[in-house]
Amino acid sequence: MKQKEKGWKDIPIGGLIDKGGTAMEYKTGSWRTFKPVVDKTKCINCLQCWIYCPDSSIKAENGQMAGFDYEHCKGCGICASICPVKCIKMEKEIK
Amino acid sequence: MTTKKKLIPLTGDQAVAEAMRQIEPDVVPVYPITPQTEIVMGFSQFVADGKVRTEMINVESEHSAMSACVGAAAAGARAMTATSANGLALMWEIVYIAASTRLPIVMPVVNRALSGPINIHCDHSDTMGARDAGWIQMFAENGQEAYENTIAAIRIAEHKGIQLPVMVCQDGFITSHAVEGVELFDDKKVKDFIGEYSIDNPLLDIEKPVTYGPLDLQDFYFEHKRQQSEAMTNALKVIPEVLAEFNKTFGKNHDMIEEYKLADADIALVVLSSTAGTAKSVVDDLRAKGIKVGLLRPIFFRPFPKDRMVKALSNVKVVGVMDRSDSFSAMGGPLFSEMRSALYDMPKKPIMKDFIFGLGGRDIFPEDIKGICDDLGAILKKGSVDSLVNYIGVRE
Repeated sequence: MKQKEKGWKDIPIGGLIDKGGTAMEYKTGSWRTFKPVVDKTKCINCLQCWIYCPDSSIKAENGQMAGFDYEHCKGCGICASICPVKCIKMEKEIK
Repeated sequence: MTTKKKLIPLTGDQAVAEAMRQIEPDVVPVYPITPQTEIVMGFSQFVADGKVRTEMINVESEHSAMSACVGAAAAGARAMTATSANGLALMWEIVYIAASTRLPIVMPVVNRALSGPINIHCDHSDTMGARDAGWIQMFAENGQEAYENTIAAIRIAEHKGIQLPVMVCQDGFITSHAVEGVELFDDKKVKDFIGEYSIDNPLLDIEKPVTYGPLDLQDFYFEHKRQQSEAMTNALKVIPEVLAEFNKTFGKNHDMIEEYKLADADIALVVLSSTAGTAKSVVDDLRAKGIKVGLLRPIFFRPFPKDRMVKALSNVKVVGVMDRSDSFSAMGGPLFSEMRSALYDMPKKPIMKDFIFGLGGRDIFPEDIKGICDDLGAILKKGSVDSLVNYIGVRE
């Protein structure tokens, strides 16, 4: 994750983050050991996974469960655990 | 024409409580500890009497007091607390966080020996331990100065070129509990001088959400520490500007150091706080006998006004540093270490000797200080120093 970051003269003082929503810019997908994979043939689109995901990494489109945001999903497995029809499996991450 | 000063009999603690009444901070979280208790006791009376509109929070410990100050200051409130010794030690974690989060909290600290063995009397081990916490530190000689420093500290802490917290120190019991005639400034004049508190990114501005205190790892922590260092360096430039405005407003003569009879001095004492008062009377006595002795009193210890000290001591041949705390470094107390480092680049380096005194409130007498001057006089004649670190007033 090599990025050219700003120097000490160009950042807010005291560790302040001077705007909201910056967690989007912080990619945490590389933390994962296991990745969630959904079998959409079994999914009932109850969106329990969307409600429970602590990292807002379940994609929902038009009321349907539409996969995962793998740039931010840390692989905690809560979605797989909460799924009432067990259509989400945690698979070993292969990088 | 001189106008007659109106003096009110107050202890140093009461004088600081009066300063806090005039400052009227938005939030004051407090926990009592000897010998600071009189400050918060006095201030709580002002709150109870409706003389200030301050939100006073009686917290369960000093750790909570400083935590509440941090929260209040980040929210956008002017926050103050006060402490001593073990209270300061208990808030240690948050003392560092206050400075690194760049919150301009002003905290009177009544200097007291840090345990153990447990002791409630004066020495400087409490604030000297916190010298690397990133706070500005001012040391007052008497109650009047502690009162004035508290007011000046608000403007110093909140200055956009500084934005660092300030400890306003005075000697426990010696000045905190001794009654002296204190001249209080006009309430409105103080309020006009300190102005309204404003920070650029208050946490409670819901129109512009910000985050205080996020995790700061290898990628940015160093940059934030570099900023802190720059702020302290910049403070050396900004503090004299603020003090000049203070002096103009209140007709005073504040500076970062006090120079006493140094111009033609061969030997000089360097000492903080109340002991400087005793030492100046000794200087006067010795001057009357034709001995060329002077005194330098650092008023600011953080930032350390090195250039001013070098200039003030440029013609002095022997410097005796009086330390009211020990660093247990096997090379002297904190004031000695820093003074010696500051004077290292002088073209004509003076001979230096450290005198550790007054630990745990042990009295220091004029004859002790005269003895130190005699010692420095002998070094001047001999041209060398025998022992670097010495203990004054301890039983052998």
